[in-house]
Amino acid sequence: MGSYTYPKFTYKSVADLLTQPPQHMPLVIVGAGPVGLAAAIDARLKGLDVLLFDEDDSVSFGSRAVCYAKRTLEILDRLGVGQPLCEKGVSWNIGRTYVEEEEVYQFNLVPEAGHKRPGMINLQQYYLEEALVNRALELGVDVRWNCKAIGVTSQATQAMVDFDSPEGNFSVSADWVIVADGARSPIRQMLGLDIEGHIFKDRFLIADVVMKVDFPAERRLWFNPPFHPGQSVLLHKQADNVWRIDFQLGWDADPEEERKPEKVLPRLKTMFGNDTEFELEWVSIYTFQCRRMKEFRHQRLLFVGDAAHQVSPFGARGANSGLQDADGLMWKLDLVMRGLASESLLDTYHTERAYAADENILNSTRSTDFITPKSKTSRMFRDAALELARHHPFARKLVNSGRLSVPSFITDSPLNTVDVDSFAGAMVPGAPIDDAPMQCDGVTLWLIDSVGGSFQCLVFVDDLVQIDASTRQSLLALKDASIPIEPVVISKRAGVVQGIRVLVDVQGLFAKRYDAQSGSVWLVRPDQHIAARWRRFELQTVEQALRVAMGSSIVAA
Amino acid sequence: MNLQPNFYETGKRYFRDFTPGDDFYEALIETHRDLTDEQSALVNAKLILLLSNHIGDIHILREAMALARADIAPAT
Repeated sequence: MGSYTYPKFTYKSVADLLTQPPQHMPLVIVGAGPVGLAAAIDARLKGLDVLLFDEDDSVSFGSRAVCYAKRTLEILDRLGVGQPLCEKGVSWNIGRTYVEEEEVYQFNLVPEAGHKRPGMINLQQYYLEEALVNRALELGVDVRWNCKAIGVTSQATQAMVDFDSPEGNFSVSADWVIVADGARSPIRQMLGLDIEGHIFKDRFLIADVVMKVDFPAERRLWFNPPFHPGQSVLLHKQADNVWRIDFQLGWDADPEEERKPEKVLPRLKTMFGNDTEFELEWVSIYTFQCRRMKEFRHQRLLFVGDAAHQVSPFGARGANSGLQDADGLMWKLDLVMRGLASESLLDTYHTERAYAADENILNSTRSTDFITPKSKTSRMFRDAALELARHHPFARKLVNSGRLSVPSFITDSPLNTVDVDSFAGAMVPGAPIDDAPMQCDGVTLWLIDSVGGSFQCLVFVDDLVQIDASTRQSLLALKDASIPIEPVVISKRAGVVQGIRVLVDVQGLFAKRYDAQSGSVWLVRPDQHIAARWRRFELQTVEQALRVAMGSSIVAA
Repeated sequence: MNLQPNFYETGKRYFRDFTPGDDFYEALIETHRDLTDEQSALVNAKLILLLSNHIGDIHILREAMALARADIAPAT
């Protein structure tokens, strides 16, 4: 690969782990891909010790994940790596779909201004991992490279993982093990755990091509283009002028033949013209499936990312949902490990993230069926929709060339408090908070950076005088709740409320996006999902909603 | 006839504008699960007759038929 030099991470001796009996750790993570690394970084930010194992000593090899969604970028910001990745990556919001050479459909991931992050950035997975590894090491994650999991024992109060390393075999036991070992998940297989779904009968050729062309940074998908008749093609721009192209080949294609440069180069020449200079950096063939584990929690083993669920790539819902898994897991695991919540809270990790996985699988499957129809009748309907899309708006909306990853709205979660008051807009219980430009103490900042990490109770008022002394006392009392809740006041105008952070809704976008009226209240979880909302602040109501948001798992002090 | 996106399901809340259309489309494809091509053609014909009767207005139906046949050049 010309445009990138793979790092080789320094091996750390496991001599300290070669003991009998084995060492026991509070938290072990297996797999230093994006999701394992994100979980490890989050653990350190919460003050937890973490031991992270990976069977390799470098980053993701080849061309894999490309698109990181706004929600993921917000999570990466919180982990401390968002800015450099956004600077390196190629940001985009617009996707265009073509039938032959005619554009039939267009989407805009973030049509409104007033958000910190764009709808998507494109960046090679190796850059993402490199940044995450550096951050993990900086925060003191204990990473052991070249350790391959070869066995696992699961018990009610701990799990033990056996490893093969350059210094010999050893085992480590842990109170909790996060399993982030990828789609083939050796640990999942060793435990014989169910993973159900289905495989799609199609193949795609992917190529990373370095070239300097004047195309805008937009996602483009073609049905039946002249440069690849009868099939689909997807184009994305990544960093370093590396373009990622996916060519649909069909199930009958011979992968070994198709990946040969002498077969790939003519395809590229037909697509970009003979005059364009390009360099082929990577070629591979992939097939895909949509499936998920029945249970993401198995005693003290918590499955995240591809180990727990896989989707076809149309829609970029793989890495993006994995990173949301880690985000949804770590605050719960932290509370359990600190003795503030019982383990039952971790069953809700499964409930919520399996729901999200099902939504991702549903949308990815639908896109896959449209892009690669499984039967003659299905193909006929697909082609009819594409035909009609040339002229008719309703058909354009049916054209499914990928429903791109958006944050999971966990609307059915048992941790939500059902609305009793009426609110317009999308900020329902279960929704992740929408961003808005704010000010605090005269400093401009984003809501998304100001809320999260712990429970918060947001109260909106037109004027700060509406926070009378008694309300202020009640708000401050939230800090002493069984799980501390930080009160935050949001107002149209700047001012001071003694002991409470005030955010100013400078452009009125918070009020608009949240349908905020004076006195409205939101209980927000550490992962920035809304747990509850009301039109009036009432201390006991908020405390009850906290109990529900904790899945009734709060351990009495 | 109505050529704007029009799919919905009463009582369902949609967070993405493409979802109702996708819900319909999936149901349509599912209707043909495990059928032979001949069986599918028959199902489609029945579906057209059922839906056409539900719409009722022959003026609209003629319009739909014309739009469906547009841009298709017959063999002879």
